[in-house]
Amino acid sequence: MKRREFLTSFAALGVATSLPIARAEVVTGGQPWESGTASTPPAPPRQGGLQYLTQHEFDTVGAIAERFIPADELSISGKEAGCATFIDRQLAGDYGNAAALYRLGKFVKGTPEQGPQSPLTPAQRYRQGLAALDAYTQRQSGKPFVALPGAEQDRLLHAMEADALDLGPEVETKVLFELLLQNVREGFLSDPIYGGNKEMASWKMIGFPGARYDFRDLLSKKGQKLNIIPTSLIDNTL
Amino acid sequence: MNTIRPKADVVIVGLGWCGSLIAEELTRAGLNVVAIERGPWFETATDFPPSVDTDELRWDTRRSMLLPPAVETTTFRNNRTQQALPTRDWNLNELGYNVGGSGTHWAGMAWRFLPFDFQPYSQTVARYGKQKIAEGLILQDWGVTYDELEPFYDRFEKIAGVSGKAGKLKGETIPEGNPFEGDRSSDYPLPPLEGMRLTDIFRDATKGMGLNPFMVPAGQASRAYVNPLGVRMGPCTYCGYCLYYGCGNFSKSSPNACVIPALMQRENFTVLTDSAVVRVNKAADGKTVTGVTYVDKNKKEWEQPAGIVVLSAFQMQNVRLLLLSKIGKPYDPVSKTGVVGRAYSFQTVSGASLFFEDENLNQYIGAGALSQQVDDYNGDNFDHSDKDFIGGAGILVVARGARPIGNADALPPGTPRWGKAWKQAYTHAFQNATFIFGQGTSFSHEDYYLDLDPEYVDDNGNPLLRVTFDYNDNDRRSAAFIMDRSVEIGKAMGAKTVIGTNSASGHYSPYNFASDHTIGGAVMGTDPKTSVLNRYQQSWDAHNLFVLGASSFPNNAGYNPTGTIGALSLWTAKAIIEQYLKNPGPLVKV
Repeated sequence: MKRREFLTSFAALGVATSLPIARAEVVTGGQPWESGTASTPPAPPRQGGLQYLTQHEFDTVGAIAERFIPADELSISGKEAGCATFIDRQLAGDYGNAAALYRLGKFVKGTPEQGPQSPLTPAQRYRQGLAALDAYTQRQSGKPFVALPGAEQDRLLHAMEADALDLGPEVETKVLFELLLQNVREGFLSDPIYGGNKEMASWKMIGFPGARYDFRDLLSKKGQKLNIIPTSLIDNTL
Repeated sequence: MNTIRPKADVVIVGLGWCGSLIAEELTRAGLNVVAIERGPWFETATDFPPSVDTDELRWDTRRSMLLPPAVETTTFRNNRTQQALPTRDWNLNELGYNVGGSGTHWAGMAWRFLPFDFQPYSQTVARYGKQKIAEGLILQDWGVTYDELEPFYDRFEKIAGVSGKAGKLKGETIPEGNPFEGDRSSDYPLPPLEGMRLTDIFRDATKGMGLNPFMVPAGQASRAYVNPLGVRMGPCTYCGYCLYYGCGNFSKSSPNACVIPALMQRENFTVLTDSAVVRVNKAADGKTVTGVTYVDKNKKEWEQPAGIVVLSAFQMQNVRLLLLSKIGKPYDPVSKTGVVGRAYSFQTVSGASLFFEDENLNQYIGAGALSQQVDDYNGDNFDHSDKDFIGGAGILVVARGARPIGNADALPPGTPRWGKAWKQAYTHAFQNATFIFGQGTSFSHEDYYLDLDPEYVDDNGNPLLRVTFDYNDNDRRSAAFIMDRSVEIGKAMGAKTVIGTNSASGHYSPYNFASDHTIGGAVMGTDPKTSVLNRYQQSWDAHNLFVLGASSFPNNAGYNPTGTIGALSLWTAKAIIEQYLKNPGPLVKV
């Protein structure tokens, strides 16, 4: 017997409520397999317009992705691979909104061991940080970051990495840099289902076989170069 | 106002390894058992099939299977003079949040502890004398010995379908096993996993050094297998997606694959999911408990009365529930009295980063526990007479599956982290960078403990657990010694560059990724003044309350904890069935 029961308590809630009915899910008498409840891969990113970033922010993120991961004989660039699209979609969702992080109580700056204590979400850091970066370059050269020559962009990013660029009292420059680098890498290296890593360019570059889950046929080829053609979750859902 | 559910014989708080193992035993003995799990129902076939599982961003980078800090986290400080602050972001504490608990997303290293690890006090004193024990170190025997636990380790390994090779079998030492392990009554139910290039290099190098390498016991089925509960496991495909992932292949040992399918068939077993237990309710006489109070996902409170209460949540949550329920005397670090929150400890992790010149390690092929280890420097396996510490570490390499985002900083020192030079270096390092991992013993210290935070609360409004912890001097000396041994091994393996690493060289931080093997705080022992539980993991303060998990460990071993928490859960189940039910009351008289 396989069944799923719900305990309801209309009495406790009263009748005039739009709240979901309070319930503890009770599972008994077998495993509750139900059709249509399977976890599926995330839907491929929506085509079309931006979901969080402004066009200018999107272009700035693309320029940064181009500097972090330039095009060369090894691969296309981070920009070409879709890193800015990846970041836009991530910032619009739970990650950008810090949905999983603890955000209660007072925000007090602690020791380095105590980790981040900022009330800012990743999405807010992007908005604030990219504006501060532009304000800085406007003061220095009268141009936004995106309009600067590549070598100058590199110089600024190196300074941010070394925490040697003052973007004003509101911006933790090193934290912003690490966020940008991490997210660009994520966009370049994660499954293409999230909008980056176009044509699995990064996986081909490093020799990662992608979303494969059975290597038993290769166990005897220890230490050999395997040249596996990668596959992605998108391939698996076609 | 609470709504009261019908009384159960037993209520189990948290349905991970401990909860599902004891539920299986107690329902088989005929008891009516209700388990309350904070997370949702999880099912291998529907929640992590192979077409969903192999997604680094979702499961590994974004930690999508773990308990979010937004729901519950801890506050942390290194010492009592600091203000503790919440650990807001993902960190090394990897609590489960689903039916199956942390046992769903673990890597699968299915160890037994050494005989020494259960009697560190008496064995240290016998071999070196009392003066060997550093000031402030909390060193005490567990009240249960390896030999007593052996049949329960054996049962756990058969239920979990562990792949490995015995080193000591019925008094005989077996070649290619671990010669330091405690004596075994039978071999592992499955042969070891296939070795990888990395594990072969380590094996050959350490053998050449006169050490004793062996394949780590792995919670990945090396063959198709049917366990004693009649549950089938499929052979591991070496996909490498174990740690932080479910297993879509029914190959990784987990409560979901190995226990729950059998348990769910019992008419006398019920799970309440999406429900967080907030306290254990005490009886008016103060000598027993009456059940638990929990909050469902709509924040409504319920009461589940029960004759026996079993806490089997994550280590930190067990301690927190005892404190929230005011059961047992909280530890006071000034007077050094009280027991709940006392003897909290973690692990030292030291080792080496290795960079080869021209290898194809193909590290994306592997399994969470596919490792070669040497135990020559673990526990008390080597003479400490001329050492300024006790304890040590297991030293291993692990072919657990390398992934693109997570490995992007595994580069030789001085390599740029972006730009063309990064791309070039990473393309090379992805096949050539690896590490040696020395997972160390850790002994608790009087200065470090767990209590309730005075300010920060969880999403139900209850105080967070406050962690006050730093490595003690014994930890630091032991970890430095292990780092040096790891560097020697790394050089013998032929790596071009070998860099020693040591998590215990600076202050402890939950963001310094070491192991996630946090232990203690509600420890078992022989004396109610220094332990929360007796040798059967039964509360000294309320005889119908049992607390299972790594919260029971007075000290940490140089191993992963799961095999030991599994064995202890089965040990406690037998004590309840064969002793407690016939004569309810304290199982140990003091």
